[in-house]
Amino acid sequence: MVRNLHALANPTRFLRLSGLLLPVIWLLALGLLGAGLYMSFFTAPPDYQQGETVRIMFIHVPAAWLSLFGYTLMAGASATALIFRHPLADVAAKSAAPVGAAFTFLALVTGALWGKPMWGTWWVWDARLTSVLILFFLYLGYMALWATIEEPVRAARAAAVLALVGFVNVPIIHYSVEWWNTLHQGASVLRLDGPAIHPSMLWPLLVMALGSTFFFLAVMLTRMQAEIYRRRVRQLQLARASAEAGAF
Amino acid sequence: MSAVLTLLRRELKLAARAGGGGGMAVAFFLIAVSIVPLGLGPDLNLLGRIAPGFLWVALLLSALLTLDRLFQADQEDGSLDLLMLAPLSLEVTVFIKALAHWLTTGLPLILAAPFLGLMLNLPENSILPLIIAMLVGSPALSLLGAVGAALTVAIRRGGLLISLLVLPLYVPTLIFGVSAVSNVLISSPGSNGQASLLLLGAVSLVALVVGPLGGAAALRANLR
Amino acid sequence: MQAARDGADVLTTFEAERPYPLLTLKGEGLACERGGRLVFDGLSFEARSGDILLVTGPNGSGKSTLLRLLAGLLEKSDGQIVLEGSEPESEIADHLLYAGHLDAVKDGLSVAENLAFWGALYGGVASGAASGAALEAALAAFALDHLADLPADVLSAGQKRRLGLARLALIERPIWLLDEPSVSLDAENVGRLARLIEAHSVRGGIVLAATHADLGLGDVRRLDLGALASGAAA
Repeated sequence: MVRNLHALANPTRFLRLSGLLLPVIWLLALGLLGAGLYMSFFTAPPDYQQGETVRIMFIHVPAAWLSLFGYTLMAGASATALIFRHPLADVAAKSAAPVGAAFTFLALVTGALWGKPMWGTWWVWDARLTSVLILFFLYLGYMALWATIEEPVRAARAAAVLALVGFVNVPIIHYSVEWWNTLHQGASVLRLDGPAIHPSMLWPLLVMALGSTFFFLAVMLTRMQAEIYRRRVRQLQLARASAEAGAF
Repeated sequence: MSAVLTLLRRELKLAARAGGGGGMAVAFFLIAVSIVPLGLGPDLNLLGRIAPGFLWVALLLSALLTLDRLFQADQEDGSLDLLMLAPLSLEVTVFIKALAHWLTTGLPLILAAPFLGLMLNLPENSILPLIIAMLVGSPALSLLGAVGAALTVAIRRGGLLISLLVLPLYVPTLIFGVSAVSNVLISSPGSNGQASLLLLGAVSLVALVVGPLGGAAALRANLR
Repeated sequence: MQAARDGADVLTTFEAERPYPLLTLKGEGLACERGGRLVFDGLSFEARSGDILLVTGPNGSGKSTLLRLLAGLLEKSDGQIVLEGSEPESEIADHLLYAGHLDAVKDGLSVAENLAFWGALYGGVASGAASGAALEAALAAFALDHLADLPADVLSAGQKRRLGLARLALIERPIWLLDEPSVSLDAENVGRLARLIEAHSVRGGIVLAATHADLGLGDVRRLDLGALASGAAA
């Protein structure tokens, strides 16, 4: 009487589908990123004011976008996990977190690298950078919770609750940081992205953004596969242990 | 209603008899604030300028210190199981526990704040705004903290993790809380100090919803 | 000195006059899984008003899991829990009282305060003087009445267990879920517990007790989870 009771052991269809899709997504990601990087470094003109440093934007802006995209995805998956109990949802949320955190970190680092030539200092407490920093902390907390609670079902639910509570707070935090910034702002800080952007810069930016998004999805899906296999291995080990116990 | 009062009375009684909790948090608050001049030097102008910000930061940290026992003590002796089965919705239970935490930790800290403010050369005319801002803003600390405490209820020594989970959520309270006091200090009075205070209240109201809902969901997640 | 007030007897005569409504608690094809391990599967049972069901089986066969699952403290992976006979809109949780292997006794409160808190929280205890009498009777059921004003942290393990079990005598709930209730009780108090359980059964209550020890309840039904597991493996 083998009953496929464990909900987590059922995503066979996902594995088949992702097995087919993943190569395509990886190709798209790498192709777009390659093209985007070429355009960013060779076809896009240097900025008349910022010079070559403006090229950092082509990595910074997509990373910042994906930091938010990742958290939204994570919160969406968490809500699905809590409401519909879909077995893949918490795997998706868990897999998205480190990728989102990595992009958030990238956004922070490129922001700092950009800041040095622009503002003459590595770090400014600019409203955007500060919000992204706090977003990074939210990611860290989420991952820490997953890492600390041993039982996977429990960890999944707790992490989902945290992701949703965080998601409700993200806009409030963002707004409060802007408020704080206007309050304390001394010298006028140059905005990272001017409203008017020339098409010669817009295209590489869009290609990079799209490429990074596909890269995000590719890594996330690969992580999801790995997580499912990891759980299967665990299940097989448990089955072996209980078979052993039954033999006595 | 009587069940609500019963629970609240029990929480307060336990807090009063255990001693630890609130008193320890106030002591921590005092020490943390006294350490600042030692690090920054006794320049009264500088201290006066950073006093509101530092008092708020110290309030946040002191409130955090006592959070990890909020549900854990009840989990360890089996009371939490019975609280969850009681004919009181879990959201209400979480709210009452957060309220008790605020009454036994937040309130004493707020009462201590003016004296510490004087030690940091906080101008006398901003002491009342400080107290008002803390009264309006600090409930959010206990309510959002309850979510963190509920998430880590089954984790031994979850104190550090709670800080990691909860501190980012405290950012709005900190910002609006400080700004409600600073505006009296720096800019022309009545500019946006009042707006800060209203926003601070709004954050507390959001926490009033998010805290009990999130805390109850987290307890269910952890215990089922 | 107070032989006439030996709790359980008082309760027996007093409460048989006020029977619980007729209830049937059923588990149908219950399965539970913890940490990826199937604790039990295909578990069915039925308990009617007046039934005492001893849940037995070796360590790890899922006795505690079953009780927590029935209480709603754990989630079942499969199957149904049905309560028949109660008002249709009421939940199972409103009819049961769970006593786990932790006593839920707070060191910071006195013996009486501990019990009174749970009584007031769960309701069903009249206020004022009547509540005082009910509290005293419940304490007396486990001979704790002379300890009422002591702080709970001076109690021994057995006394704490008795204080935890005294809730059964105080709170009016027809279904009792008892997890190893006799642990750290001496023979005399196991006897008090047995009389309390019997009195509850006479009133038309349902008792599910997970136990290794013989509670001295005489001939009662057993739900053997060990047999279930070996039967399923074969």
